[in-house]
Amino acid sequence: MEKLKRRIKEFGLPRIIILAFFLFLCIMAIVRDLNFPALLSNVIARMPMDGVLVLAMVPGILCGIGLNFGVSIGIIAGLLGMTISMEMGATGLVGLLVAIAISTAFSTLFGYGYGAALNRMKGSEMTVSTYVGFSVVALMCIGWTLLPFKNPSMVYAMGTGLRPTISMDGYYGAILDNFMKFEIAGITIPTGSLLFLLGMCLIVWLFLRSKTGIAMRAAGSNPLYAEASGISVNKMRIVGTVISTIIGGIGIIVYSQSYGFMQLYNAPRMMSFSAIAAVLIGGASASKASISNVLLGVFLFQGILVLSLPVVNDVFKVQNLSEIMRIIITNGIIIYALTRRKGGAS
Amino acid sequence: MSEYVLEMLNISKEYSGNQVLKDVTIKVKPGEIHALLGENGAGKSTLMNILFGMPVISSTGGFGGRVIIDGEESKIKSPNDAIHAGIGMVHQEFMLIPGFTVTENIKLNREITRPNMASRIFGKSMETLDVDAMTKDAEAALKKVGMDIDAYAEVAGLPVGHMQFIEIAREVDKRGIKLLVFDEPTAVLTEQEAATLIKAMKELASEGIAILFITHRLDEVIEAADNITILRDGVQVANLPVAEATVAKLAELMIGREVDRSAMGEPRDLSNEEVVLSLKNLTVDMPGEEVKGVSFDVYKGEIFGIGGLAGQGKLGIPNGIMGMYHADGEVVFEGEPIELNNTKKALSRGLAFVSEDRRGVGLLLEESIEDNIVFTAMQAKNEFLLKFGPITLKDSGKIRRHANDMINLLDIRCTGATQYAGRLSGGNQQKVCVAKAITLGPKLLFVSEPTRGIDIGAKKLVLDFLTKLNREEGVTVVMVSSELVELKTVCDRIAIVSEGKVNAIMKPTDSDVDFGLAMSGYKKNKGGAEDGKA
Repeated sequence: MEKLKRRIKEFGLPRIIILAFFLFLCIMAIVRDLNFPALLSNVIARMPMDGVLVLAMVPGILCGIGLNFGVSIGIIAGLLGMTISMEMGATGLVGLLVAIAISTAFSTLFGYGYGAALNRMKGSEMTVSTYVGFSVVALMCIGWTLLPFKNPSMVYAMGTGLRPTISMDGYYGAILDNFMKFEIAGITIPTGSLLFLLGMCLIVWLFLRSKTGIAMRAAGSNPLYAEASGISVNKMRIVGTVISTIIGGIGIIVYSQSYGFMQLYNAPRMMSFSAIAAVLIGGASASKASISNVLLGVFLFQGILVLSLPVVNDVFKVQNLSEIMRIIITNGIIIYALTRRKGGAS
Repeated sequence: MSEYVLEMLNISKEYSGNQVLKDVTIKVKPGEIHALLGENGAGKSTLMNILFGMPVISSTGGFGGRVIIDGEESKIKSPNDAIHAGIGMVHQEFMLIPGFTVTENIKLNREITRPNMASRIFGKSMETLDVDAMTKDAEAALKKVGMDIDAYAEVAGLPVGHMQFIEIAREVDKRGIKLLVFDEPTAVLTEQEAATLIKAMKELASEGIAILFITHRLDEVIEAADNITILRDGVQVANLPVAEATVAKLAELMIGREVDRSAMGEPRDLSNEEVVLSLKNLTVDMPGEEVKGVSFDVYKGEIFGIGGLAGQGKLGIPNGIMGMYHADGEVVFEGEPIELNNTKKALSRGLAFVSEDRRGVGLLLEESIEDNIVFTAMQAKNEFLLKFGPITLKDSGKIRRHANDMINLLDIRCTGATQYAGRLSGGNQQKVCVAKAITLGPKLLFVSEPTRGIDIGAKKLVLDFLTKLNREEGVTVVMVSSELVELKTVCDRIAIVSEGKVNAIMKPTDSDVDFGLAMSGYKKNKGGAEDGKA
């Protein structure tokens, strides 16, 4: 009994509630005779689609900057990578790789500056990063109109400026999703994307067991301890921020290819919130996170999002209710995590 | 009216089985200055916490004995009750608001007010401040403590010494004050200010206020006190009128304790060995433990002790050399200077450090024992790593084997190498810290407060291990400790630090009187011990 209690405590009450809610939605979907396999396909498709963005939170949390609301910077880098690769006319796998390479270059550059800035604002990283994230998105709203892109499939037919939504058909839309895709019991499995997500997770997991990764985790969980072992805490925080930004950039590329469209301007503004909510639902806190938090979190979060819309609409016939629920769940779980920030350490 | 304003009778207190006060009795008459003397950890603070009804006492199971104030059983349940009972405290750390004027600080929450229109409607909290009356009161209080400070000045810009007097003036200004507790009031004062303060204390006493004077400056005790109570390890070792006391006698009573060196043998004279570590005018900017120019040599293979009272700077020495706080000066190790303020360089030269702040600096509480043990060696020396070209991965197998060896060697009581360090008891956490340091294979090991807050069994094990390391592996050990007995038990020489400087380098066999005097800041006049060959 004691053991069970401790297990439950470790798993966390919010996760139990959310898991129960998810199961409730599943049952409702079946009871109300909705197309359950199609819904489940959707959940499984969305897991790798959002998973990499969620994974981007892990290095940020572990290196000590907390929840990286500024992952929008990485998203911008990813969008730049994609637009430039499309401008170059790169298609297929080459296009995807070029986009990732360019995105990574930008992410490293931006992430370094961002990390250095956060080092000067220790203690209020999350507030700062939220506004940095918003500002960068707003700044790039100007950027997207001014950058000299010429590719007619991206720019407005008249005048200059990129369109808000750009189709990736003919370039590398769904390239990962379609790789070794198969169907089982009416459920579609996007093998390529899933493998890509697992591969990314494996790389991060290995990094966390490397010398630098271990030093970074120590710098995040106890800066004094790290300093006493001759580690530069500021440097490690920059390393973590850069890696988080790079993964964020790759994350939006995976997201866009799966979605089939690239969304510019204000679309990336709230993306960091969904990613943060997902990793928190998975059991992470503002100072602790693991790969399993990412995988569990993205499954539960996307599961609820996908299932709640048809179920709620079927039951209540109210417009927008599921969108309201998404906002409540996303922001509610973030608030919950922030109130628990100091807890559990000792 | 009772004869005594305060009687604390047969006070006992234990924290989770650890007896910190045992049968202590103190009686203070009105107008008496009663000095309370003792080393750090002797139980002075606990005694005061009991008197002031601090929550820490009741939350840890209360105390034994009785507290009687003015002949009546004390009903003090909180510091606020203490104020109403006429007991005031002058704090060691200043509890003043920097942006307020002297008057405002003195009269804070006891302002003199006049009714006005708003207050007639909304109540007393809206009344106007009577600044003139308040200033008059403040000036009177300041005058009483012998200070001539502008009552309109802002506290922020005043020298430290003045702040102490404002604290006192605030207590004096309280009406009906019967007993004032001074907690090491002269620690931050210059000599002249200290003299003024003692004069003010005597003045206050002559008006019938009883004073409980906590200090470790022995000459001040002799000068100011009427009666003296000495605590040592929670036991009252003496209660004597000042006429019977001398500085030497107080020093001996304060620290005198049996030292058992049977296991260690006589302290060795290693001055013929080469100098392995040499400090020249080291200054360290460690808050609360400032080092103001320290020079000494440590010989190869020695166990060198650094002692002294808290806040005198002994902790700053290892922290400065290891780059934890900004340091200046020269540190030469094995004939070559060490680059200061660079922890990595210090570690790579073969120095290691067991920090006094176990939970803050020494451990990753939410990581496993094994990861804690190998962390520094991995980062500073690239050990316990598997290499694949530029990529490194931790060598889990090797780490586990090493951790298990250490767990056996140091008898770390745990459920296994993967248990979180934060779940261990203090003593076992300390063993993990020691294991972490020796995993580096150091040539010289700094250990800071190795036995603070750990139980007797673990204490002995840690000390035995350090001496074994020294005797069998030839590791030079520099041990910083507040516990003189511990230093006297294991060290070959002991430097006593006072006010940021080395006051004396002594032999462990020197008398308690000499140690007590050195710790209290007396310079030794007769030669001999200074060069360690007395």
